[in-house]
Amino acid sequence: MSRERLLRPTQPRLTRRKLLIGLGVGAAAAPLSACSFDTGSPAALSILEKAETLTKAVQRALLGPQTALAPEFPPGAISSYFKPNGSVDPEDPAYVALRQGGFKDWKLEVGGLVERPMKLSLADLRALPSRSQITRHDCVEGWSCIGQWKGVQLSALLNAAGLKPQARYIAFFCADTLEETTDNTGRYYETIGLIDAFHPQTILAYEMNYAPLKVEHGAPLRLRVERQLGYKMAKYIMRIEAIDDFARISRGRGGFWEDRGYEWYAGI
Amino acid sequence: MTSISSALPVRHAPTARVIVRHSALVRVCHWVNAICFVVLLMSGMQIFNADPQLTWGQTTNFTRPFFSLSARENDNGDPTAGVTTIFGHAFDTTGFLGASRGDDGELEEHGFPSWATLPSYQDLAMGRRWHFFFAWILVLNGLVYFVNLILGRHIRDLWPSLADLRAIPHAIVDHLRLRFPSGDEALHYNVLQKLAYLSVVIAFPILILAGLTMSPAVDAAFPWLLTLFHGRQAARAVHFLLATYLVLFIVVHLVMVVLSGPINNLRSMITGRYRIKEAQQ
Repeated sequence: MSRERLLRPTQPRLTRRKLLIGLGVGAAAAPLSACSFDTGSPAALSILEKAETLTKAVQRALLGPQTALAPEFPPGAISSYFKPNGSVDPEDPAYVALRQGGFKDWKLEVGGLVERPMKLSLADLRALPSRSQITRHDCVEGWSCIGQWKGVQLSALLNAAGLKPQARYIAFFCADTLEETTDNTGRYYETIGLIDAFHPQTILAYEMNYAPLKVEHGAPLRLRVERQLGYKMAKYIMRIEAIDDFARISRGRGGFWEDRGYEWYAGI
Repeated sequence: MTSISSALPVRHAPTARVIVRHSALVRVCHWVNAICFVVLLMSGMQIFNADPQLTWGQTTNFTRPFFSLSARENDNGDPTAGVTTIFGHAFDTTGFLGASRGDDGELEEHGFPSWATLPSYQDLAMGRRWHFFFAWILVLNGLVYFVNLILGRHIRDLWPSLADLRAIPHAIVDHLRLRFPSGDEALHYNVLQKLAYLSVVIAFPILILAGLTMSPAVDAAFPWLLTLFHGRQAARAVHFLLATYLVLFIVVHLVMVVLSGPINNLRSMITGRYRIKEAQQ
């Protein structure tokens, strides 16, 4: 079974009765049996989501607006095997064409709520000041790998483009379709807040482990947000937009996995 | 705050008396904790199933985890057996760990079986939602308990004295013979109870810290946590192993509740009232 399938819910086979049998530990079952929702319903989700608000508020208070850096490691700590996840070889025709051309025709678009929209080639990005960091990548599934990443600080690009005052989030639109859908909501995308966007370790990486980024890890460009889980770190980035709200994008929850029930604030 | 060490005699009878054994605060904390633990355990197994292996250190050793639940597959990719691997030794755990039967009776790849996880079907996102919601309740409930433990001096009920520690062999023999204390002796926990409850009171904060160490954001704020647990994957292992310890504690706890008078014990944790038989003269 692929990891990708593990992330995705299988068809619910749960009845409330089964849950309660599972839970049947005397007193523990009593208060839960009063709940008239199943464990995956929107009603359950809307209550359980309150925990995300609390987690985010407490972590923001602990981390401060910018200061705390994710731990960085010496070169010797780099994992010999770095597990690729999500899309590993996108079949979207536009991406395949760019890949076959060695990404020479690829251009990163920076737009949305910015004063100066930009288009940058890989060579343009490589010519900009860069940051290199050896960090741990934590997948929501539970595993971790350490890798070296080099790229442009997102803050530098955003400062160059000039955010309009209404901008509250940065959205990343990707080349890969991770799930076949009829309404194109299976295309990968992500959004992050400005605190994470302007964090010094938040970079657009074109290099991994001292070599050009491989396709399985998101070539030509992927996001690193080192204080968050792996699914926030969009691969195969095509376009970056400053936005005031993500409710109108795709299914409206701020990312591919967020649309499928995962937390927008992936701080734990 | 009333606790067993300051137990008030409520009623005198020639052969038995009823005392207030647990304070209202301890009783509420106990049941809130019990509910949270069940939800956290089941949703925790759901989360574990997304990557059912444990390694020590900072990163995952995909080739040599010290513990893993996996399925053997035939040429069609269908699971044929569930395998639990501990330090390189593989055990066939078909039907329970690694691979278990779904509703249609077919073997499916599951670390822990679906009857043990919350939700029962494979859904990491919902498992996480349940886990973190109840983790917050457990933590807030635990804070109330710890304030009372220290300021309310409930710790005196759990902290064993030197005399207690010397009586360990005797207490073990008493437990094995299912001889339970009566009279004034039953006003206090015996040394094995004290040690068992104290271990749980210590295990919970470590387990919570290990859980927090799995957060990349918390690691940025408190990098010493990674030093404390020898890395994120080690913290994940500690989280899992302490949860296993708590499950073992609960099994023994429930057995002892049943053997030493289930009605009286349950009542004492619900209403606080506990009946003590007077010692035979």
